[in-house]
Amino acid sequence: MAVTEVRVALYPAGIDPKEIAEKIREKFPDQVVDVAEFRDQISVIVKKDRIIPILRYLHDDPLLGFDHLQDLTAADYLNKKDVRFEVVYNLLSTRYRHRIRIRAQVPENDPKIGSCVPVWAGANWHERECYDMFGIEFSGHPDHRRILMPEDWEGYPLRKDYPLKGPELDKDWPGFTDVLKRSKELKEFEWEG
Amino acid sequence: MEPVEKIFDTRELNVNMGPQHPATHGVLRLVLDIDGETIVKVTPYVGYLHRGIEKLGESMSYFQALPLTDRMDYVSAMSNNIGYCVAVEKLYGIEVPERAKFIRTIAGEMSRIANHLLWLATHALDIGAMTVFLYCFREREWILDLYEMICGARLTVTYPRVGGVRNDVQQEFLESLWKFTDEFPSRILEYETLIDQNRIWLLRTKGIGVISAEEAVNWGMTGPTLRGSGVPYDIRKFMPYDAYDKVDFEVPIGTVGDTYDRYRCRMLEMRQSNNIIRQCIEKLPAGPVMADAPKFTMQPKDKMMPITHPTKQHAFFIKEKACKGCGMCLRACPAKAIFGEKKKPHAIKQDMCLGCATCYVTCKFKALVIVPAGKGLSDEKLAELAEAPVPEEITKASEYLVRQFEFVKKGPKVPEGEIYVATEVPKGELGFYFVSDGSAKPYRMRVRAPSFVHAGCLPRLCAGHLVADVIANIGTIDIVLGECDR
Repeated sequence: MAVTEVRVALYPAGIDPKEIAEKIREKFPDQVVDVAEFRDQISVIVKKDRIIPILRYLHDDPLLGFDHLQDLTAADYLNKKDVRFEVVYNLLSTRYRHRIRIRAQVPENDPKIGSCVPVWAGANWHERECYDMFGIEFSGHPDHRRILMPEDWEGYPLRKDYPLKGPELDKDWPGFTDVLKRSKELKEFEWEG
Repeated sequence: MEPVEKIFDTRELNVNMGPQHPATHGVLRLVLDIDGETIVKVTPYVGYLHRGIEKLGESMSYFQALPLTDRMDYVSAMSNNIGYCVAVEKLYGIEVPERAKFIRTIAGEMSRIANHLLWLATHALDIGAMTVFLYCFREREWILDLYEMICGARLTVTYPRVGGVRNDVQQEFLESLWKFTDEFPSRILEYETLIDQNRIWLLRTKGIGVISAEEAVNWGMTGPTLRGSGVPYDIRKFMPYDAYDKVDFEVPIGTVGDTYDRYRCRMLEMRQSNNIIRQCIEKLPAGPVMADAPKFTMQPKDKMMPITHPTKQHAFFIKEKACKGCGMCLRACPAKAIFGEKKKPHAIKQDMCLGCATCYVTCKFKALVIVPAGKGLSDEKLAELAEAPVPEEITKASEYLVRQFEFVKKGPKVPEGEIYVATEVPKGELGFYFVSDGSAKPYRMRVRAPSFVHAGCLPRLCAGHLVADVIANIGTIDIVLGECDR
């Protein structure tokens, strides 16, 4: 039978995340802004300019081998931090079992960052969602469209200045009025009985 | 003779599939570019079930957002709850008691079996093996009945809580579950008799949606969908949470990475889950089921029983001297039993009072008093009794009640920081990313849904296959659109 059951050991993570942070700092000294720690999780805060070389290094280095992009998301620090947005990469190595978090700072006046789809194909939809929810553009993305919200939607819902209760659908969103209009037009073709 | 292509004009066809299509497991819309019967390109459109769970979660306290997680993957709501609780506990920095850990492991594995049964039922139904559907639902129904025994709900359970579980399990439940685990392996054999050697099933699943190990990891696949390609990535082993480091189980992995291997993986996983449940029942330790951290967790309700129990003969009374007439209690009263004008002392209509103590906890001036054994007395008599000292039992319970009220309404303050915690839900890796700014609400709540990532792989899996295999590929990645769109 093709499928086998294997005994996976419960061994701890490979390299200590602090060492990984140091490695990144050594390799890209002018890019690393800060290293933060909370509950044994390390985040490396970097500038956005050379984010793709950094991620490429983490992915390709034989000792690091971050082959699995767990999550890619963003956070909006409106009036909280000097740089408004942060794009967050949670990485894991399925071979060595170590983890690291990279946070790239993206300023409000230029919300653009390189796309990491060439490094991890799975980043495709995550980046589309980031664009949809925060309005951060990923240059070089193969399919740069909105994903969860309608394509003609205005505003970016997860930004902190976006209200919790959005606009009234029948007044503000033309897509909804279009549907209503068309359903009225098509009503005469409805089946009787 | 001229080739056929020259006689007939052939062109690519653009077919719209869904969003209302029985085989798309929810509201998934696919636009298929087909050349004859062969798929050239698949473009999935999601977002029809987008409810903004992340935005909603940022507007409520951690405690209040728990029921939202049921509504993501409604097929295995229990696992979602556990994932959320594990993440919030890590953020709070609290430790869950041993018994609660084992109960959660049991609940999580039950949810895995229930999810895989539903997956097998619908996957087989899509491909054309209809009988399996009814067999699987027979056992799934049993598990849902067991859910009902522990928490009263069947689908959206909200049974685990931050810090433990809502209530302890009964002996009756454990016996019933033991009986289920005795029976279940033979039931799996029944499904396998139906499809495992079935030639149509093999033809429809073998060699369909093949993806290599490197590529599957690169696409971000997780759970059985990834393990079918031969990568032993299981968060229960990589970063053990709950009681997974205390039970012994194996991880099934495939070799080819096709639909058939992923099917075999899930079948073997159900057997492993069955084993885990049995081990947990055997090892279940005694003790509390809620963490001892009064600041962060909901404490047992019987501490405030002296005042909220319906059979108690207490009454609430507003002291005229202390009442400033602010109207807080008047607005809060659910029975509208409080009346009075602004800036003048209010009063309670005793015959309408429910005894819920809402007014008591909202009053800032301590004008409200609890009168023990004051039920059915006249206002004059109550005013007389209200001056008497209150028994200690009642004072303690009322203090507790106020604290509970504050806990639910405002929520505890959380240390500042950010955290990403992943758990292994039946569909793959469910991750929660929280950013806390030190207040009671998450500053940023992010849900990494496995279905979302898997749905993104569909174009890769379907390319080059036939139209009929699109259905097999949707089935094999096991998606639920409620979780995908959040």
